[in-house]
Amino acid sequence: MTKDTMQIVREQDVVPFRNRVRELSTKIGMSLVNQTKLITAASELVRNMLKYANGGKVMLETISKNAQSGIRLVFIDKGPGIADVQQAMRDGFSTGKSLGLGLPGAKRLVNEFDIKSTPGEGTTVTIIHWKHGR
Amino acid sequence: MDRIPILKMGPFLLVTIQVDLYDRLALTLENDLIGMVSKTGARGVLIDISAVSIVDSFMGRILGNIASMSRIMDAETVVVGMQPAVAITLVELGLTLQGVYTALDVEKGMELLQDKIGILEDSEKDEEEDPDDRND
Repeated sequence: MTKDTMQIVREQDVVPFRNRVRELSTKIGMSLVNQTKLITAASELVRNMLKYANGGKVMLETISKNAQSGIRLVFIDKGPGIADVQQAMRDGFSTGKSLGLGLPGAKRLVNEFDIKSTPGEGTTVTIIHWKHGR
Repeated sequence: MDRIPILKMGPFLLVTIQVDLYDRLALTLENDLIGMVSKTGARGVLIDISAVSIVDSFMGRILGNIASMSRIMDAETVVVGMQPAVAITLVELGLTLQGVYTALDVEKGMELLQDKIGILEDSEKDEEEDPDDRND
């Protein structure tokens, strides 16, 4: 099992981070389509972290369940938090000037998605994507 | 600073994106392209993304911006060479790339641009049919 943490503090950290996710998913033999979905979701989430929380850190690990391997990514920031998570998960909702696809879009792209946020303390988003996508 | 080269080919501008864009580079490309459309009077912009493995909502917005800005400047934009995995991901993400024409590859993209400009030029010619202009 590989376990790793990456700090995301600048926009320039996005590309190396995506490359690290690609490396991990290639290593467990994930298909190209599943890799692309996972990396795109991860990219949306780090962008959110940079935009709303001035960055944070991501924990990356390979996991396995019922003989299937997968990747778990945990995005942790100490930003302002999200007052209404349900609203933030709705398509087209954005407090910034984005398209509002980040959170709901990322959720659609991965197998498991969990978000916890406390206003004033920060937000933690956990995503899991399995090698075969289910 | 890094820059994506923009090639001029007749009335069109040609851009091949060979690296995964980081944000600054994408914004620079957006600026450079609009500047070039203005400077050269280009009628079409062709963007080849066959080497791009990830298009997230930020990158999608840049492509949409380039298309809308070019249109205001009287140029059409065609994005070509999207990888299948990227197309599948974009649809699930919910990104529609509004206002952006797409074609399978550079060749088909060029044909599409030529068609679009051809149609426009024909209708302009019809309007300007005037015997005095014959010697131009």
